[in-house]
Amino acid sequence: MKRYSAFAVAREALRYHTGWERAWRNPAPKRQYDVIIVGAGGHGLATAYYLGKNFGITNVAVLEKGWLGGGNTGRNTTIIRSNYLQDPSAAIYEKARSLYEDMSQDLNYNVMFSPRGVIMLAQTEHEVRGYKRTAHANALQGVSTEWIEPARVKELVPIINLAGPRYPVLGGLWQERGGTARHDAVAWGYARACSAMGMDIIQQCEVTGVRSEGGRVIGVDTTKGAIDCDKLGMVVAGNCSHLSQMAGFRLPVESVALQALVSEPIKPCMDVVVMANTVHGYMSQSDKGEMVIGGGTDGFNNYTQRGSFHHIEETVRALIETFPMVSRLKMLRQWGGIVDVTGDRSPIISKTPVQNCFVNAGWGTGGFKAIPGSGWAMAELMATGHSPLAEEFSMMRFKEGKFIDESVAAGVAH
Amino acid sequence: MLILECPYCGVKAEETELHAGGEAHLKRFGPGSSDDEFHDYLFMRENPKGVHFERWRHVNGCGKWFHAARCTTTLEVFGTYTAQTSAPPQEIRDAITAKRPGWSWREFE
Ligand SMILES: Cc1cc2nc3c(=O)[nH]c(=O)nc-3n(C[C@H](O)[C@H](O)[C@H](O)COP(=O)(O)OP(=O)(O)OC[C@H]3O[C@@H](n4cnc5c(N)ncnc54)[C@H](O)[C@@H]3O)c2cc1C
Ligand SMILES: [Zn+2]
Repeated sequence: MKRYSAFAVAREALRYHTGWERAWRNPAPKRQYDVIIVGAGGHGLATAYYLGKNFGITNVAVLEKGWLGGGNTGRNTTIIRSNYLQDPSAAIYEKARSLYEDMSQDLNYNVMFSPRGVIMLAQTEHEVRGYKRTAHANALQGVSTEWIEPARVKELVPIINLAGPRYPVLGGLWQERGGTARHDAVAWGYARACSAMGMDIIQQCEVTGVRSEGGRVIGVDTTKGAIDCDKLGMVVAGNCSHLSQMAGFRLPVESVALQALVSEPIKPCMDVVVMANTVHGYMSQSDKGEMVIGGGTDGFNNYTQRGSFHHIEETVRALIETFPMVSRLKMLRQWGGIVDVTGDRSPIISKTPVQNCFVNAGWGTGGFKAIPGSGWAMAELMATGHSPLAEEFSMMRFKEGKFIDESVAAGVAH
Repeated sequence: MLILECPYCGVKAEETELHAGGEAHLKRFGPGSSDDEFHDYLFMRENPKGVHFERWRHVNGCGKWFHAARCTTTLEVFGTYTAQTSAPPQEIRDAITAKRPGWSWREFE
């Protein structure tokens, strides 16, 4: 792999950009791998990357039914923050956030991490209390975040209307080192680094069956033939119930559509990310100038990657009260992704009833920010059988009553 | 946009008139049941790619709960039926079979 650098850009400029090589190879599957990861989204690719980087396991294939990064990783609104309430969440999301800080250097790929700051608005008394509680919890967890008053919110977000008639802004939870990153670049950067370590990323290869013998996984059936493996990691977000069914067990997950939309590009007007969880609306401005807007999930099970139009209307209606300028914006595009939601709104990184078969799922509406931390923990779990970061996220926690309830403060957790 | 016909008032209601209520025909497990039964009742949900049975409420209409059979990969609606049953009636099953021969779901009851 040729490294990217300022020098390389200059060199290529002089020879009409004829010297760039493919970012990753496009191999045919081998008969056998030590580890197969199903799903080339951020979480699957990060798992493969840290298997190689941290544990030296490189006989790895990442199988993807579509194109890499074409799932939720390429469909999300890219908000990154780590100020969650519960200890296990704060630990894994903060690990992820801190890995984002130097991901571009680590991967030699510009993921455009932009720690511009994230505000979660408090627009009800309940939220005020909830976020103050989170700020105190974060202080104990060593996660940097602070409660801010409305005047400071206005200072950070001049376009905001604090005195909305339905939902006035009563303050906010502010994380200065939260922000955004380029979602595609995260997938591409990991893919390039995995490929450079000799791993095979095989696109347009759908897993159609999971083979096991004596309760132990031995391989998968795919649209490109059967492939054997010692260990299997299923990292397929909204399709996790489908995959687990192939392996013969069930997951406490439901798949629903979550949508986002972007406006026409406008001049810079908001240089932080703002989330309004009570009304289900959040917004940031992309480097191109588009306002990137997300809302809440649809209410019913859905695999179509299309959501209902009225949810877009609801999101925009809610935002207009808090950001009156939104009413003048033309919207350019709208899309949906299928998110995997668990009972306590926290993810699953876990061993399964099938030996050597592992699952990473349930990130729902908020897993982009977790990609590096999740991959780190999943790789550790798959390589060694144990990961402190993943421990509490076992799929057994529902039976044991050890929930990681992140839905207490806000129903959404982007 | 999803449109469901309310089996009580006959209105063809679009989504904003309705509220989704999750998986249909759940059997309730309470005191005396095993850990597995209780766990599954509380947290495990059918999440099929394909035929699905659900509860819906005609919330901005007659207010009543009813059932719908729907496909989660095409958003096609096979039919709706009343809430006073623990399994879909034969005509709903037939309507599904006509379009999805060999379909299956978990056991009813
Ligand atoms: C509209 C929207 C907005 C969001 N906003 C945010 C946000 O602001 N911040 C945040 O942190 N998170 C956000 N999220 C959530 C975030 O996008 C996801 O949690 C995260 O991207 C999940 O990554 P993943 O790698 O697990 O899944 P994915 O990126 O979906 O990857 C899974 C891959 O598995 C593949 N696959 C599925 N089945 C098979 C099979 N049988 N064989 C082979 N491959 C298969 C799929 O094609 C897919 O590429 C948002 C999500 C959406 C939809
Ligand atoms: Zn009705």
